[in-house]
Amino acid sequence: MAMSKRKRAEYIRYAQYGILIVVVLLVAFLADWGQIRRAFFNTDIAASMFPNVITVALKNTIIYTALGFAFGLALGLVLALMKLSTVGPYRWIATVYIEFFRGVPALLVFIGIYYGVPIAFQMQFPPLTTVMLALGGVGAAYMAETIRAGLQAVPKGQVEAARSLGMSSGRAMITIVIPQAFRIILPPLTNELILLTKDSSLIYILGLFREQYELTKFGRETLSRSPSLTPILIAGLCYLIITLPLGYLSRYLEKRTGGKKVSVV
Amino acid sequence: MSDICVEIIGLKKSFGPLEVLKNIDLTVNRGDVVCIIGPSGSGKSTLLRCVNLLEEPNGGKITVNGTDLTDPDVDIDRARTKIGMVFQGFNLFSHLNVLNNLMVAQRKVLKRSESQAREVALRNLDRVGLRDKVAAMPAQLSGGQQQRAAIARALSMDPEVMLFDEPTSALDPELVGDVLGVMRQLADEGMTMLVVTHEMQFAREVADKVIFMDGGYIVEEGPAAEVIGNPQEERTQSFLARVLDPTHHGPKDPV
Repeated sequence: MAMSKRKRAEYIRYAQYGILIVVVLLVAFLADWGQIRRAFFNTDIAASMFPNVITVALKNTIIYTALGFAFGLALGLVLALMKLSTVGPYRWIATVYIEFFRGVPALLVFIGIYYGVPIAFQMQFPPLTTVMLALGGVGAAYMAETIRAGLQAVPKGQVEAARSLGMSSGRAMITIVIPQAFRIILPPLTNELILLTKDSSLIYILGLFREQYELTKFGRETLSRSPSLTPILIAGLCYLIITLPLGYLSRYLEKRTGGKKVSVV
Repeated sequence: MSDICVEIIGLKKSFGPLEVLKNIDLTVNRGDVVCIIGPSGSGKSTLLRCVNLLEEPNGGKITVNGTDLTDPDVDIDRARTKIGMVFQGFNLFSHLNVLNNLMVAQRKVLKRSESQAREVALRNLDRVGLRDKVAAMPAQLSGGQQQRAAIARALSMDPEVMLFDEPTSALDPELVGDVLGVMRQLADEGMTMLVVTHEMQFAREVADKVIFMDGGYIVEEGPAAEVIGNPQEERTQSFLARVLDPTHHGPKDPV
């Protein structure tokens, strides 16, 4: 017998709730909650991680990310300007750089920089410099495309007005276009910062000292001395302390600037 | 100083295969107001934009304030500081407040001191009646206020000639009067002005010379009373009939 469309939609919705309840019950009965609590929520181990997880690991994660972001932003801006250059070779170099560093895993880049740069330049960089080069070098590839889009989103009339007042094209770029472009791309740049925060975990391969550990390395190191995954959970929660507010900020900025910018071609 | 402010000889401009300006000759005397009228696509805006080289001419010679702009070695940035330009879309710098819009080029291009630039900016805001908007951002202003601020920005460079590219075309009708009032006042003060406009009333009352363009040529030029009041060329007559009395003519029934 044919069922009315409305009736059918209603049954489908019941079925969805039904499946959800069955899955939740299965998980609740089959999982060994005592074991899970010991594995993830060992309060003694959690307590032993403080205050170092904050004062050393979280602090270092923030420092590494900030350094990488600052360097990546500067290099990304240079790459974006190169991509928009009238000089062909600049455009090609920028394209190759961006495609390469976006296309290969960040971990490979870090290994390459850690082992390769000292060989290439016959010198050992301080760890912070290596971290900055590695994180920033990868971040720049992602940010360059965002910045380029932002530069192109600034209306042409702004440049014409600047030029008609006697500004050179470079002056107009620095004084008028770049500041406006950054306003436009603030939300996506905040997202890049979140991605970079998480990528900073990969610098564990750089063989850092104890006081240089960031969150992931700190968590793994604590893990190796404890019979519980609690350190990993704590480290993960610490990342959220950084990334959740940034995500909120990004959405807020998007809402604030989003409405107006739609008209910008 | 010579009496001639802008001199254009044999100007040609093409966009690809499209010839927009075909052999334009035009002279603007110091202190004169010249209005350029004509149908859309006739090349008026392109002609105006050639006068400060926002468009690069393909041929001919443009001399402004005694500087040959078509000389390949010309310092165009320097020449432009003496040529004010007002755009249809205002083009105020959207990230700067009104005062900084007026100061930024004075500081960065003319290298004026902070206090001098501020003084010049405030004086020009007074001229356009926007003294109370110094701290406003462009987005907070009406179209008419934005355009007056844009005029004040151009004036702050102390230009010797002002170019207006359809300055009221993007405005709501009730805001047009404010902008035209400022322009009329400028004309009265003796500013040399080259104005592309559809405001026939303004052209008739303010212009020393009116130029009618069509199809990339100057079809007719002369005193406003003659070109607008008593046009000789058929194309001018047909254009004016449609502009001045738009409801009484079908698209294929000019004059």
